[in-house]
Amino acid sequence: MSVAPPLLAVEGLTKSYGGIHAVRGVSFSLRAGEILALIGPNGAGKSTCFDMLNGQNKPDTGHVRLLGEEITGRKPREVWRLGVGRTFQITATFATMTVRENVQVALISHGKQLFNPFGSAPKFDRGEAGRLLELVGMGGYADRPCGELAYGDLKRLELAVALANRPKLLLMDEPTAGMAPRERVDLMRLTAQIAREKSIGVLFTEHDMDVVFEHADRILVLNRGTLIAEGSPAEVRGNPQVQAVYLGEGLVYDARHREGASA
Amino acid sequence: MAFYVVQFLTGLASAASLFLVASGLSIIFGVTRIVNFAHGAFYMIGAYIAFTLTERLSGAFGFWGSIVLAALAVALIGVLVEMVLLRRIYHAPELFQLLATFGLTLMVEDLVVLIWGPDDLVGRRAPGFKGAVDFFGQNIPSYDLFLIVLGPVVLGVLWLLFQRTRWGVLVRAATQDRDMVAALGVNQKWLFTSVFAVGVFLAALGGALQIPRDAVHHAMDLRIIVEVFVVVVIGGLGSIVGAFVAAVLVSELNAFGILIFPKISIILVFLVMAVVLIVRPWGLFGKPEAAARKTPGLTVNPWRPLTSNERLASLAALVVAAMLPLFAGNYALTVGSEIAIFVIFAVSLHFLMSVGGLASFGHAAYFGLGAYGVAFLAKMAGLPMIVCLLLGPLLGCMGAAVFGFFAVQLSGVYFAMLTLAFAQIVWSIAFQWVSVTGGDNGILGVWPSSWAASPSHFYWLALGVAALVTIALRAMVFSPFGYALRSTRDSLLRSEAIGINAKRIQWTAFVIAGTTAGIGGALFAYLKGSVFPDNLGISLSVDALVMVLLGGVETVSGAVIGAIVYKALNIWLVSQTDLSKLVLGGFIVLIVVVFPKGIVGMLEMLAQRRRKSSPPGSPLLAKPIESAE
Repeated sequence: MSVAPPLLAVEGLTKSYGGIHAVRGVSFSLRAGEILALIGPNGAGKSTCFDMLNGQNKPDTGHVRLLGEEITGRKPREVWRLGVGRTFQITATFATMTVRENVQVALISHGKQLFNPFGSAPKFDRGEAGRLLELVGMGGYADRPCGELAYGDLKRLELAVALANRPKLLLMDEPTAGMAPRERVDLMRLTAQIAREKSIGVLFTEHDMDVVFEHADRILVLNRGTLIAEGSPAEVRGNPQVQAVYLGEGLVYDARHREGASA
Repeated sequence: MAFYVVQFLTGLASAASLFLVASGLSIIFGVTRIVNFAHGAFYMIGAYIAFTLTERLSGAFGFWGSIVLAALAVALIGVLVEMVLLRRIYHAPELFQLLATFGLTLMVEDLVVLIWGPDDLVGRRAPGFKGAVDFFGQNIPSYDLFLIVLGPVVLGVLWLLFQRTRWGVLVRAATQDRDMVAALGVNQKWLFTSVFAVGVFLAALGGALQIPRDAVHHAMDLRIIVEVFVVVVIGGLGSIVGAFVAAVLVSELNAFGILIFPKISIILVFLVMAVVLIVRPWGLFGKPEAAARKTPGLTVNPWRPLTSNERLASLAALVVAAMLPLFAGNYALTVGSEIAIFVIFAVSLHFLMSVGGLASFGHAAYFGLGAYGVAFLAKMAGLPMIVCLLLGPLLGCMGAAVFGFFAVQLSGVYFAMLTLAFAQIVWSIAFQWVSVTGGDNGILGVWPSSWAASPSHFYWLALGVAALVTIALRAMVFSPFGYALRSTRDSLLRSEAIGINAKRIQWTAFVIAGTTAGIGGALFAYLKGSVFPDNLGISLSVDALVMVLLGGVETVSGAVIGAIVYKALNIWLVSQTDLSKLVLGGFIVLIVVVFPKGIVGMLEMLAQRRRKSSPPGSPLLAKPIESAE
């Protein structure tokens, strides 16, 4: 029986800025359909790590492989073509276009029609755009100007855009930052559901521990550029080193705490 | 050897004035983010007022007092302008501010002629610096030596001002992040006003100090402003030291360029600027600019294709325009043809600027290249008109392909400046390569074939091409390519993250816009029967910008209306009054302040307001209610 390569394999990723080692020898892998959280205190190197996965940033050393194919140092747009969707910590959308048009641009790109000066873009893959928007619960907003959406809706729109090329892997940098508690839970539930249905691997960074412990299958903990722990939510929660550097001692993330937070 | 030393010193002396003006522009830009086109006008007023005062006040004190007094007076004018005009438009898109200050420049150009007359004025020599110093048999005016010393002194004073005073600290902070400074409780209004006043003072001082060296005349503003833009861009926007080094560099290039490369002396400076921008886009001493906090545009109304009613209305307008020859005379038809050609030109820039978000300050280059392309083909190859019209624009296309490739590597103000530099390079070639282009005398006798020779036929030709071009570009806005282009304008980060090669999309748009402008230029050559370097000059590039902004930069059809209104008004004013620039400038300023969305933008807003007064209220208002549920 041959072993299929994992969806995403990261090996010895390193990046330093001047004398500061932002990321040191980070290795991990991700299976299709798995939801993996990358957590750590501010400045731990989460975003640097993240940016190196889709080519936003180039690692000094190390490898990133997608289904066995080397994608280290490729441009973001090339990584996207290989089936990696991404959402940003601060949403990046096309503010002067409607919600539907935002999705249509991604579909146009996916259909390799970017340089087609003749067709009608408003009619381009309208059905598929509508389905994607329905999927993230934005069906009713299709004709709204994107610039007047509330922040939570922008996050959902980004998810729809990221799904447009039927990705194998979704990278979500703080998907729920800036959202209300209710919206956070909804968005992550939605993401998890889509990931499981379509067997998409999801890697996300997150500061909200409720979101992390509720939705992640596995958790990576980064501190000062190195991975200090890896495992199931229960394992990570019980890890004394993680508690020391990040979660803090005496804090118990249980159901009661969650109720208290959302009340 | 001595000759070269003297040449070097002359260069240094010229650098002093240039540095004063450039540092002023740089300071103003750093804090207010306004690219002050009127800076050259303030420089010019400074020179004129200093001239008048030095004529009235006698003696050494009179002369030097006059210089300072003139600069102070102009600074006061600057304060007035800032308070009355600029304060209203700080939140307008960058280009609007440029448009407003350009309008001011136009007004000033006519005003100085009105007050001081059209003739060159030769000012007094500076008391104490009337003679010349002998340097190994070469004469150096002692006033030049004074200027050479003055430059570093002013640099030192400015440095102290910015490093050692509370005001300087605020200015530096605001240069980095003006929103944060405002959030810290600094009265931004007065900070901006004072910065503007200092910047204008420096410009006027630069102008006033020039009067013992150069005659004062009413076109000195445009000459200096282009050079100052170059200096500021090479040195790095917002950097005083950069402005100084670049002023010296540019002045020396000018001084020695004429000796070493007399044929390409004018190009040299722009070539250096282009290289600097490509290698170090933020200038020699500038810092890569952190992404500015984007203030959202004036509107978030997404564009939509015309409804069938609107299509019918446009068609009706076209039919009415096509009937003009039935009742209009030859003059009106020639004017009509010219307007149609400028519609083509404006629409092509609109495609690049509004759809692509790339505001070119040198779009006339491609218009002019199209015109020269036609002239070469018609005069040298003797090809028939129809062939020339088809092939001539290819020169514009090629120019856009080469320059566009480099230009799209940059964005914002730097993109604008690089396109300006390229346009100046093309202009210089047309101006200096006399054997091919005829230089300033242009190429004459480019007449249309007999089928298009009558004014009515030519009018129909121009109108038809204008209609076709407008429809084609408009269709392209709503094509997949148009969407891709708009996406690169709205968010580079997101468009790259969904597989879009933004640079290549923008480059393609640049070539499309350049070729289209070339089509306009080709027709223009036949309309005028001649081609001149002015056909690719700065003022034509600015005309195009004004037309687009006037119509409404955020609308799809604004460029057409803007071109018609601006060009018609321009031609009419020139025929009616000697003060056409004053009226036109005033009109532009008024438009910017009263109708910041342009003519079409304003009409759309009115239409929308009427629509919205009936039930389903603004989605913005509806939103909170929904999410509260």
